[in-house]
Amino acid sequence: MVHEILEGLIEALRLIAVGDPELIEITLRSLAISGLATLLACAWSIPLGSLIGLGRFRGRRLVKGFFNVLLGLPTVALGLVLYLVFSRSGPLGFLRLLYSPAAIILGQALLITPIIVSLVASTLESIDPDVRNLALTLGASESRARLTVLGESVEGITLAVTASFNRAIAELGVALMMGGNIRGVTRLLTTTIALETGRGEIALSIALAFVLLLIIAAVNAMMGFVRRRI
Amino acid sequence: MVIRLMRNRAIPIAIALIVIIATGGVYTLQSQARAGDRSLVVSTTTSLYDTGVLDVIEDEFEAETPIDLYFISVGTGLAISHAQRGDADMILVHAPSKEQTFLEEGYGVCRKIIAYNFFSIVGPADDAAGIAEMEPMAALDALVEKGRAGEIIWVSRGDDSGTHSKEKELWTDAGYDLATLRDEDWYREAGTGMGKTLQIAEEFEAYTLTDMGTYLKYFKDGLVSLEVRVGAGKELINVYSAIAVNSNTNPDANFEDALTFIEFLVSEEGQGTFESYGVDDYGTALFNPAVSLLRDASDPTTAGWIEDTAFFDGSECPSGYRTGGESLYG
Repeated sequence: MVHEILEGLIEALRLIAVGDPELIEITLRSLAISGLATLLACAWSIPLGSLIGLGRFRGRRLVKGFFNVLLGLPTVALGLVLYLVFSRSGPLGFLRLLYSPAAIILGQALLITPIIVSLVASTLESIDPDVRNLALTLGASESRARLTVLGESVEGITLAVTASFNRAIAELGVALMMGGNIRGVTRLLTTTIALETGRGEIALSIALAFVLLLIIAAVNAMMGFVRRRI
Repeated sequence: MVIRLMRNRAIPIAIALIVIIATGGVYTLQSQARAGDRSLVVSTTTSLYDTGVLDVIEDEFEAETPIDLYFISVGTGLAISHAQRGDADMILVHAPSKEQTFLEEGYGVCRKIIAYNFFSIVGPADDAAGIAEMEPMAALDALVEKGRAGEIIWVSRGDDSGTHSKEKELWTDAGYDLATLRDEDWYREAGTGMGKTLQIAEEFEAYTLTDMGTYLKYFKDGLVSLEVRVGAGKELINVYSAIAVNSNTNPDANFEDALTFIEFLVSEEGQGTFESYGVDDYGTALFNPAVSLLRDASDPTTAGWIEDTAFFDGSECPSGYRTGGESLYG
């Protein structure tokens, strides 16, 4: 086992050093797709999370619990449901989205929505209520006050974004069902690892896994750097 | 009194990040996107795709035509399901009974048999069941006997794939009831792909049915030490066919390009690729071209085997299912 892992590590370094074109292609694609998915998910999840975290409405607990449950959604299950929806014979089949990067972006965005919503809501809840109260006392409107609280929770939001990006780039089920792992079109790091493992290419699979870990580490380091500068 | 809406640097940094990710992401995907919208979605089986032969075929075909080949590699059952739902324009599979249903239910037309090889029963080095060189049917009897005596284990794909279908056929032809077999201790179901199944069999030092492509690769890479025990014979023949999706049932199906691709697969060039693939890496070809075999009289025995296993009503594609592709059946 140690032998295979070492072989994989060496293969990873070799592929990177040589600038293997296929590796670069799938790595860039994985980054692009998961990055865009994270952006997309943030667009609707941060407002939603804020509403839940700061709002005072009936059933708030229920809604929060709902998203907490969705946190554990298996990627294969989501991938299957989305496949049925976007399949040519499905309700959204006319969009012809299946087997395209866009389909994966949408799928991953949906997958990570519960993460962002839950984390943002939790963060906002834990902010000292005096911040909001102070803003209100000083004449801010409700929404302005909420924005102020949001401003105090940048750390938590950054964490939510980073965590959801990690989930997106490392998931397999959605990418496989929505993308089809088509060479040159929707092949990603995770789907290639799955394919090559099935082919018995152990060293290559481990190498790709190393590359994936490297990417995640780099992105997290960068986000940590950004967080400290804010 | 000044209330800072947000800490000063958060907004510009956030905006910068969003812009970078958005433009970088879109630019990357755009630059990677292939020009032109002319794609052909081919749903195929993992045991064919995993050998790598389709990547070679893809390169050759795309060098000659403006058609973009999209191979979706899944289990045979799912491949056919994709085509039925209209998510594929054609299928490349190896499950004659399922293919027949596909034609008869109106989903497919223009079936051509492309290539063949043989499944093998592989087993541990000590061959506890003693089936080496036996005829397939006799070997199965021996396996059941030794299995029930607790001396050997059998691992089945158990995933409704082409290989699994063949396995089920074999047991049935040998006179066994599958429902009973599945409940017995020595009969284990993997429920996964060929590679994994081989590895499971390796772990258990068990017997299993495998396609030669996957097996040779795994054996060569030292991932399994199982050896071929029963390697040929009429019952073990493995026939790969291409079927185009019927545009009457699925109007969006890209029938025209599917026909072009099938014509390529049966052409000298396509057949030649099947004939030579694997020789460099494994010393033996992983596939045998089927078109010339069926057309000429060079090997009537094997041709006869293919006809028995994979012909429907005496033909690879009964005349009622040839709409639009009559030229394929000179």
